Formats: sequence, structure tokens, C-alpha cells
Amino acid sequence: MRKSIDQINERIRDGNARVVTAEEMPDIVAELGEDGALKEVDVVTTGTFGAMCSSGAFLNFGHAEPPIRMERIWLNDVEAYGGLAAVDTYLGATQQSETRGEEYGGAHVLEDLVAGKAVELRASSRGTDCYPRRTITTELLLEHLNQAIMCNPRNAYQRYNAAINTTDRTLHTYMGMLLPNSGNITFSGAGVLNPISNDPKLRLIGSGVPIFLCGAPGMVIGEGTQHSPAGGFATLMATGDVKQMSQDYLRAATMTGYGVTLYVGLGIPLPVIDKEVVRATAVRDEDISVDLVDYGVPSRNRPTLKKVTYAELRSGSVSLNGEEIRTSSLSSYNRAQRVALTLKDWICAGKMELSLPTRRIDPTRQAHPMHETVKGPRVADIMDKNIVSIGEGEEIRTAAQKLLKGETNHLPVINGVNELVGIVTTFDISKAVVNPGKAQLVRDIMKKRVITTTPDEPVDIAIRKLEQNNISALPVLDPNRHVVAMLTAINLGKLFGKRWLK
Amino acid sequence: MKLLVTFSKGKGKGPIIAQAVRDTGVLIAVERAVIDSSAGEALIEVPDDQCRLVRDTMSNLGANVRILEHGIMFNESECVDCGACISICPRDVFAFDTFFRLTVTEERCILCGKCVDACPHDALTMPI
Repeated sequence: MRKSIDQINERIRDGNARVVTAEEMPDIVAELGEDGALKEVDVVTTGTFGAMCSSGAFLNFGHAEPPIRMERIWLNDVEAYGGLAAVDTYLGATQQSETRGEEYGGAHVLEDLVAGKAVELRASSRGTDCYPRRTITTELLLEHLNQAIMCNPRNAYQRYNAAINTTDRTLHTYMGMLLPNSGNITFSGAGVLNPISNDPKLRLIGSGVPIFLCGAPGMVIGEGTQHSPAGGFATLMATGDVKQMSQDYLRAATMTGYGVTLYVGLGIPLPVIDKEVVRATAVRDEDISVDLVDYGVPSRNRPTLKKVTYAELRSGSVSLNGEEIRTSSLSSYNRAQRVALTLKDWICAGKMELSLPTRRIDPTRQAHPMHETVKGPRVADIMDKNIVSIGEGEEIRTAAQKLLKGETNHLPVINGVNELVGIVTTFDISKAVVNPGKAQLVRDIMKKRVITTTPDEPVDIAIRKLEQNNISALPVLDPNRHVVAMLTAINLGKLFGKRWLK
Repeated sequence: MKLLVTFSKGKGKGPIIAQAVRDTGVLIAVERAVIDSSAGEALIEVPDDQCRLVRDTMSNLGANVRILEHGIMFNESECVDCGACISICPRDVFAFDTFFRLTVTEERCILCGKCVDACPHDALTMPI
């Protein structure tokens, strides 16, 4: 048996369509079987509500008198794109205010507009014969704009990695606050309610398909950026009219230490046309697993500690190496449910009819990493190989002499087999001189917890180590913990004038 | 009832908390404390009917004591029920009800402030 999209739309128009949410569907399929569910259910509604950084809106302000071709544009001090000519712009959600930093950004401007608040537009131009005006400042409400068209390049991720942090310091990431020593796990996504998880082969979701976007009726444009369904990370590009949106489903947010993002509510109704749809929409949280990834490793290839399902993540804790670690969702399951229920109401009330894609989205693609022609600087490129080190059993006085002679402020301390065991600085020595106590030897005053780097580490990572620990030098170690060089703040000067900063 | 006790250099010598326990006989639970050579702050919990006695005793010993009426301030209209705060809180102040709405058990809060930064929606603020 098959149902045509026309049959389903006819039932929607007649008010006879049976619409259920993706949360209700698995039990219906379990009870009625696949054939029974296909006969019974016409539409399954999905929903998700979470941080979707790659969001924004095209705005058209109408022409000023005298007219201006805006080249640089700010809305409440948040810069918007000025390359669209005259009075069009694109405002990106993550763009930060030039005056308020990460507490206010493009997402907040959008939320303020939707909430009916006035927003200050500021723009400048070099002035042309046809557009003589050079500057403009005006206060605008959403109703004053000709158009505000949300157009989100990458929304509705099929699922997303869960995050953990095995380092000994708190991390502030786009996955929220990660406590040290695997203190918590964060995750995002609606699991059973996620649109693409209910249509992983992208048979129903594609260009032209009607959706719920931030409370407004919208549409799928096509595949999203970074679309990578081969690995289970399909994404969608979506559009909708900001003027019809609601603050309930469009919320600006700040991930402390990371920046601004927009919480977007997005739902897609799936027409139950055949048994394959029934099977796909019977998916449960238990069936959808994601990698638990260590965000303590600052690399594109972060290690996966284990696979976890949305059922485990949503239970409140995940067991890892015999320990129960508490979980936090960053997306809102309650709002995702409300998106799916609102969509259900719309369809039951005949407000939205369904359609199949006018162009299908490739369900097999794999996004690849960036092609880099110029490698970023590595520690080996700028490190200082003239190292002066000292044995742990030497006298403090010897260390002082070495520091003076070597004209350095940091002495790596090594043991009998040349392994790094500590570090002494001019500060440590001065302290030992001012407070003469029992300390006689370098090992008595050295710092034993040494932050180190390696020759192949990217300089950007080494710089973060210096900043986070408020230090000015890192011993560079080989795999045998032998000191092969030092990286100091002075070496960073070599970056200037070199090709990396051109 | 929770009391926020601040110590400052030069004011009050000796072990103020221990002295207050001995003088009043009240069992004081120290929920959080950061004290170094020059100053410090401790959040303590005492039975409601004895909190004034403890406050006065500690004040006389040189500490600055404030009775905290509130735990973390929760702005429901900013909250979207994501749950980012749940795993951050050391005292299980936050949880979900059966509808995945956030519940806040304010009495458990020790005002460590961790959740303030963890909330993406600015829905949590310190009452001070």
C-alpha cells in the first residue's frame, strides 16, 4: 500500500488527517504494525529547538532620501554584510556587537526585532552620483522593514557529538561549559524528534518542503552547509519570514567564553506515504547514537571516548570507566516537543499542506576538511634551540649564574637521564635569596608542574597554553621528555613579518 | 538558613567559625569557603532559629555576616528549559520535571555562581 501526497493533502483539507508527533509514532508502530501504522497515520511531525550558529536574515530597509548605497552597516553596533548594494544586508547571528562584546550580537538584534523593540541602523557609504548620501542613522522596528527573510545556511543537524573534557581546567566551548576531569557531559539535539533522524535517507525532506521555522511557516531550501550525511551529519538550509516569527521559538544566547548564537525552533512534517516512512519514523532515542568526544584535545580530530545514545544522554547521566557522569542538554527538549505539537495543530487545522521535495538532497555525501596550502606555524618554526638547563641536584647559586650567563628567565631542570623534572625562573631564585631558608638545591625551589609543548604543536595552541597559565615560556620536549628547545614570548615576535601574518 | 561570612585582614583574630561553634553550641555546616592570608569568604548553613545568634556571635568576633534570603535568582521568562545548568551545579539545584521543564530547588543552592556562566540565556543571576 502507498498513499499519495495528494491523498494526504486532501485529508488535511477535509480535517480528517491523522497527525502524530515523532515521539508518539514508535509506540503506534509497535502496536499496529507497519501496515497498520501506514493505514492509520498520515503525517508525523518532528521538531528541534537548539543553538544553530549558522543562522541569519536578509533585511531590506527601503530607500532613504537622498538615497544611499550602504557599504558598512551596523544594527545596534553589530556589523552586517555590506556587499549586497543599496539597502539590502545580511545579518549573521554570531556577529558580535562592537561595543558590548559577546553579551550582544546578531542573534540578539533578530530577537529584539521579533520582540517589537526598536533597533538602531547605522550605515556609511562613499557616495556616488546615483547614491549621493554618505551616512545614515535611524531607529527601526521590524514593521518598518520591507522584508526580513530568515535564511539559515546550516540548521537542524541530524545529530551532534556529545562533549566531555578530560583536562584539568574548565573549558568554555560552543558545547557549553565543560567541567575539568570529565566533570560533566553536554549534548545537543532532539533525538527521537529530530527531523532528519526520522528521514535519514532524505526521501521526504528536500527543496521546497514546508516547515516550521521559529514559529513561522517556512521552507527547506536544500542541503545545508557542512552537509555530511555519510557520517550521520546531514544539515539543512532553511528560510522563513521573520515578521511571522515568535520569541518563543527564536532566542538569542551567549555561550560564555565562546560567543553569540541563536536558538532556533525548526520542525518538519513528514507525510506517511509508504512503509519505509513508517519504519524510519519508528526510530527511538535508543536507536540514535553519537560519539562522546573529548573537547580537551584542541584539534579537528578529537578523540572519541565511547558511543552514547540519546536515551542515555537524556537519562541524566552516562557511565564512563565505571563512573556516572552527569549530562546537560544544550538544546531544549521541551521546546522541541512544543514545535512538533504546534506543527501538528497547524496541520490538523488545515493551515499547512505538505509537498514532496522539488529537488532531493544527496543522502550520501561526505564533507571533507579544509584544503590548506600554507601550513600554520609550528613550534619548531620559531622555538629557540639554544637551551640552557640545569640539574636538579645543583646549587641555587649555580642556577643564578646560568640564568645570568644565558640571559634567560627560565631554566628547565633535568634529572640524571636528561628528562625534564621541573623549571626555575629568575622569580624563584630571587624569592630564595630574599627568604633564605633551608633551600640549598635547585630541586628545593623548582616548580614541578611544568607546562610543555612539542616541536610539531601549532603555535596557536602553544600561545593558548601561555595565556591560560599566565606564563611566558614553555620547554619543548621530544617523546623521551628531553628538552630540545624553549619557546618564550620573545620567540613569538618571529611571527611578525613572516608569511604567516601576511 | 544560609549566612555569607566575610573575613578581612586586621579584623578578628583566631578561628572565628570554630569559636562561634564553641560559644553558641550551634553546629555550623560550611558549604563553601575560600580563605587565604589576607581575606576570605565562607557560606555556612545553620538552623533557622539560631541564625541570628550565630550572626551576632560571628560579628562580635570580627567577621562580616549577612543572612541570605535567596539562592540563585531564576528568570523563568528567559529560560528555554535546555538544561545546560543541570550538570554544572554541585548541589543538584536544577532538574527536569516529567515534561522536561526546568525545576529549581533554591534551598539547596550554595551560591557558587557556576550556573550563571553556564546558562546560555542569561536566566540565572546571583542575588547579590
